Amino acid sequence: MMRFELQIALRFLREGRAQSALIVGGVMVGVAVVVFISALVAGLQSNTIRRTLGAQAHIVAKPIEPMARVQIDAGDAGIARVQTAPRKVRSIDNWQQVMAAFEAVPGVVAASPMASGPAIALRGEGRNAVTLFGVDLARYDRIVDLRDKLTSGTLRLEPGDVLVGAELARDLGADVGERITLTDGTANSTGERFQIVGMIDPGNRDLSRRSVYLPLHVAQNFLGVPGGVTSIDLRVRDVFAADAVAARVARVAPLTVESWMLTNNQLLSALNAQSMATGMIRVFVSIVVMLGIASVLVVAVVQKTREIGILRAMGASRGQMLRVFLLQGGLVGLLGSVLGALLSAVLIFGFSHFVHGADGNPLFPITLTLPLLGYACITATLCGMLAAIAPARRAARLDPARAMRA
Amino acid sequence: MNASADVLRLSGIRKSYNVGTPVEAEILHGIDLRITRGEFTALIGPSGSGKSTLLNIIGLLEAPTSGEVDIAGHRVSHHDDDTLTRLRSQTLGFVFQFHHLLPAFSALENVLMPQIIAGHRVTAALQREALALLDAVGLGGAEHKKPAELSGGMQQRVAIARALSIRPALVLADEPTGNLDTKTAADIFTLLRAFNRDFGTSFLIVTHDPRLAATCDRRVTLADGQIVSDERTAPM
Repeated sequence: MMRFELQIALRFLREGRAQSALIVGGVMVGVAVVVFISALVAGLQSNTIRRTLGAQAHIVAKPIEPMARVQIDAGDAGIARVQTAPRKVRSIDNWQQVMAAFEAVPGVVAASPMASGPAIALRGEGRNAVTLFGVDLARYDRIVDLRDKLTSGTLRLEPGDVLVGAELARDLGADVGERITLTDGTANSTGERFQIVGMIDPGNRDLSRRSVYLPLHVAQNFLGVPGGVTSIDLRVRDVFAADAVAARVARVAPLTVESWMLTNNQLLSALNAQSMATGMIRVFVSIVVMLGIASVLVVAVVQKTREIGILRAMGASRGQMLRVFLLQGGLVGLLGSVLGALLSAVLIFGFSHFVHGADGNPLFPITLTLPLLGYACITATLCGMLAAIAPARRAARLDPARAMRA
Repeated sequence: MNASADVLRLSGIRKSYNVGTPVEAEILHGIDLRITRGEFTALIGPSGSGKSTLLNIIGLLEAPTSGEVDIAGHRVSHHDDDTLTRLRSQTLGFVFQFHHLLPAFSALENVLMPQIIAGHRVTAALQREALALLDAVGLGGAEHKKPAELSGGMQQRVAIARALSIRPALVLADEPTGNLDTKTAADIFTLLRAFNRDFGTSFLIVTHDPRLAATCDRRVTLADGQIVSDERTAPM
């Protein structure tokens, strides 16, 4: 039973009201900062990942690039020239069987064939270099949620239809229902005419400026790979396990298999750096808070030396005095963190309601999760007790006879 | 408790400070003292004679450098701190010159504190008992006042009620009337006497006041760390 310890701890804290209020305030601010920043970064990261993965497949399997050829120039001894094979659209052999095998790999939830390659989009004076994405819409919709990204028009791909990036449409000055011409860019090509049936915003300006979606078989013919596909896109269950799933997929067929984690290496390391920075902020704020609690309790032990002596003379054990001060540290941490959690809720409310991006919408959604709050409160309480160890030991070691004379 | 009914027995108590340093000083040079149940004893002597040190040793607040202390039949040497603390809380009551009440707690809470420390739930019965003690020391109605709201004499009465709340075998009082006026001091002494008579509690009282000392059953005089006289006035 800790009834005595709790009673004395509470009374001591109440007695040193100004001191207690200051340190509880310190813990409150520290916890609010940690919770706010953690929630902010979590919101930012999930938003970034959602945006990044929204427009691309988790895993892409492509034909292996042919080996680079080394040419030895006989006339100029010793100088080698490395020349990669000229780029051309390559297709995956037996892609139907390969795709079926991919779908059976654990962790893969969807697969979609894709025939993609470069082209030039023309309309009047406008010309843009674009990438054609020839897709089977029913399948591709399960890889990338195009429905969600459709800004105008309808989501359908009949022969002669194209879906274009919203930025591309703006560059060409074209609207839904209007026509654009696609050519392969060679001098003797007259190009084919397509009707824009919808506009897509992939969430990435560059992608939006060069994306053209068209039916798979139309793209196959346009790119000169009738019946072939240039890549197979996969969606996985857990986005952060994409690397491992990619490794399993690579064992199924002799293809180059890349996960989003590989192609977005820089993004991932930025996210990691962000997490690390958050972690450091957490650690340093905790240290500052603990130093604050410890310094206040050290002073409290000195101030309460006489009372400690009296309590010891009346039969309080060393252990009891130790627990009185440990409890004070814990109580300060608990009270401060509960108030800090409330403050962080206010901060997050303010951020979501008053901070807007250029388009007038909130930058990204931040949510305060119960586990985060629980984590903050438990950590603060433990930190408070940890900070109280040294002062509490000092209180416990006090010699009662000498303490009473203080 | 053993057959002799001694509440306290000291034999060969020596106490040195700064042992092993050039400024080592022996304060007590071999004290032998016995106090039996119900005795009302004054401990007198000039300042610096070692009275407070002796009282701290008897109160188990300090350990002697050598010698044996028996409290209520328990040999206390070689006990660990927790055992000493328990023995202290069960057998000894303290009344100090400077009251030593806990300023954050009311008079009633101060009286109940030894029970709270012992982990007892403050039952209605315990509370009634504490109130009766406060009543007995003349503080009926002041139980919810904080020490700062009470006069010096009243604070000392609270301290006495607190010392008696555990029904100790021996009450140690270090100049309990040291900073009180003559009238109040006499009242406090009368109060201690009454408890001595009614409960058979033994008292060992350090005092500078020769008139108050004269009212005690027994006067032990300490000078330069030795007992120089031990006289009884009342037949035991």
